[in-house]
This record gives sequence, structure tokens and C-alpha cells, in this order.
Amino acid sequence: MGKRKTPGLNTSSMADISFLLLTFFLLTSSINTDQGIARRLPPLLPPNEDKPEVRERNIFIVKINSKDRLLFNGEIGDVRNLKDRAKEFLGNPQNKETLPEKEDVYIEEFHATYPVSRGIISLQNDRGTSYDMYIQVQNELTAAINEMRNELAKEKFGKGYADIKNKQRDAIDKAIPIAISEAEPKNVGGN
Amino acid sequence: MARFTGKKAKETPGLNMGSMSDIIFMLLFFFMVITTMRESSLYVKIQVPQGTETSKLEKKSLVSYVNIGVPMDQFQSKYGKEPRIQLNDMIADVSDIAQWVEMERTDRSPADRPYITTAIKADMAVKMGLVSDIKQELRQAGAFRIFYNARKGERK
Repeated sequence: MGKRKTPGLNTSSMADISFLLLTFFLLTSSINTDQGIARRLPPLLPPNEDKPEVRERNIFIVKINSKDRLLFNGEIGDVRNLKDRAKEFLGNPQNKETLPEKEDVYIEEFHATYPVSRGIISLQNDRGTSYDMYIQVQNELTAAINEMRNELAKEKFGKGYADIKNKQRDAIDKAIPIAISEAEPKNVGGN
Repeated sequence: MARFTGKKAKETPGLNMGSMSDIIFMLLFFFMVITTMRESSLYVKIQVPQGTETSKLEKKSLVSYVNIGVPMDQFQSKYGKEPRIQLNDMIADVSDIAQWVEMERTDRSPADRPYITTAIKADMAVKMGLVSDIKQELRQAGAFRIFYNARKGERK
């Protein structure tokens, strides 16, 4: 009996099948990753509890009215100056009397205490404020905090905030927290 | 010499298609790895605002989307011209959010529940009144991690 040759599988349609699969996945999926600003909402205050008292020097009030105009601590302001104002407020480099107090906190990664600012930026907006303006303000405040964190990371670890280890990043986050407080929604006028 | 000048030698050989499927499969795997499944289709028009300090949204499987915007033209007769909220694939009201958060929570494993992020994808022109109402609802429902969707852009 002669050796029977097994016929080879015809794989020419394999390419067509995988092409079909490919087009299916191309259509049902999207590449774009979501970008944006992450925030944490505060838990609701118990109704019978008063708001914690904050000293006047420790608070920087940013108000946005329904016409998207800004008020910084009662003065008319511009969104382009907001980043520098926030940095000056949170950093308080000259330890001025009018700017926030600092509290020495021991941070293990630094092997030293670091003066953590007690300052809080209070953000208040009207119901008529546009979402675009709100995000711009949030963006500027984030920019201020990111810049300060980056500077501190360079000073302490010799590298930018993006390049340091997670543990070091936690230490920096502790030294410069995201101190943005949003008031309970209300109308701040300016219709 | 007829052996070399014969008709048979001049015929061009056919292309070998054997490795074609391998190439396509490689493409397929590439796309499967880098992409994510598209979420439910949008009923509202959204143009997100622009920011310079945006960061990437991590762990997409733990994200629930709240879309806010004016309904698209073909849905305006049904839902009106005022900005509306779209949760998953239905148009909803602010009062539906608490229930929706609870539903999203039960969909995930208990270990993941504290890490659920609510992404607010709102149109630039939406007023903060609506967004604030949603944020209050989320606070009440205990969904504290939020994310404002924005495009990355240069400083204006």
C-alpha cells in the first residue's frame, strides 16, 4: 500500500475571517482616552453641626458670578492672575501676617518637618455660572498646586513630580494638599 | 535550448498568501489591546471644555459616566432643547441619580466599590446650577470620587 498523503488545510479564507474580526473591533472600540481633572467631593455635613471655624487669613475666596466674572477675596480679578494668586496664597513664601499660617508636620520621606499651609481656597459659584468658566478656574487652581508640587519635588528629590516614586509622591501630596473647598451651592448674585 | 526558452518558464509565480492571515491577526491583536469598547451612544451634544492640567482617567472599568448637554437635533422633539442628563443609555432627571449610583455599585465587585469614579462629561455651555445639583446628589449617594472631563489644550 502506498503512503497516503494528507491534503493540506486550505487557509486562504483565514485572512478574510481575521479581516472581518479586525473591522468588527475597529468599529466597536475607541482609542481615545478620557482626559480631565479629578476631584473628591466632601461628605455631607450633619445638619445639626456648625461649619468648622476658619480664620480669615487662612481662607482665599474665589467667587464666580452668573456673568462668569471673578472676585478674589472681594476684589475683581482675572482668571489669568488666578494661578499666581493661588500660589502666593498657598505658598506664603515670606510668612506674611495676612497670608495663611503654617503647621510643622513631620514627613518621613523628607526626614524632617515641613511647614504645611493651613490655607483653604474656597470656591463659590452661582447657579448661572457656565461650566466652561468653572473648569477654567479649577484648571488654574490645579495648575498652581501642580507647579508647587513640582518645585518641591525638585527641591527634595532632585526630580520632577512626574518622575518620582509613588511613596515620594504621597509625601509631596501630604506636604501640599489639594486644599480646595466648594461651598454649598447658592446664588451669589449678579443676575 | 528549447528547455530554457519554453513558455512555462516565463509565467510569473502567484503571490504566497499564507502569511497574510498572520499579519492580519497581528493587527487585530494590536487593536484589541490598545482600544477599549465604545460606551453607549450619546443622545446629547457634548463639547467638553479645555484645560491645561488634565490627567488621564485610570481604570476605565470602574468609571460611570454622567453626560450632560442639549439633546441632539433628532431627539429634541422628544426631550426638548434644554440641557439634559444622560445616564448610560437613557435620558434621566437629577432625582434618578441616587438610584443609578446604587445600580452601578452593585454591578461591581465589593472590593472595587470604593474606587468607582463618576466622570462628569458636560458641555461647555451647561450652567453650573445643573452640575451642582448633580454633585449634591452624588454626595448624598456617597459617590465622592468624581472626574471632570476636559480636552487637553494650550493655555489661551
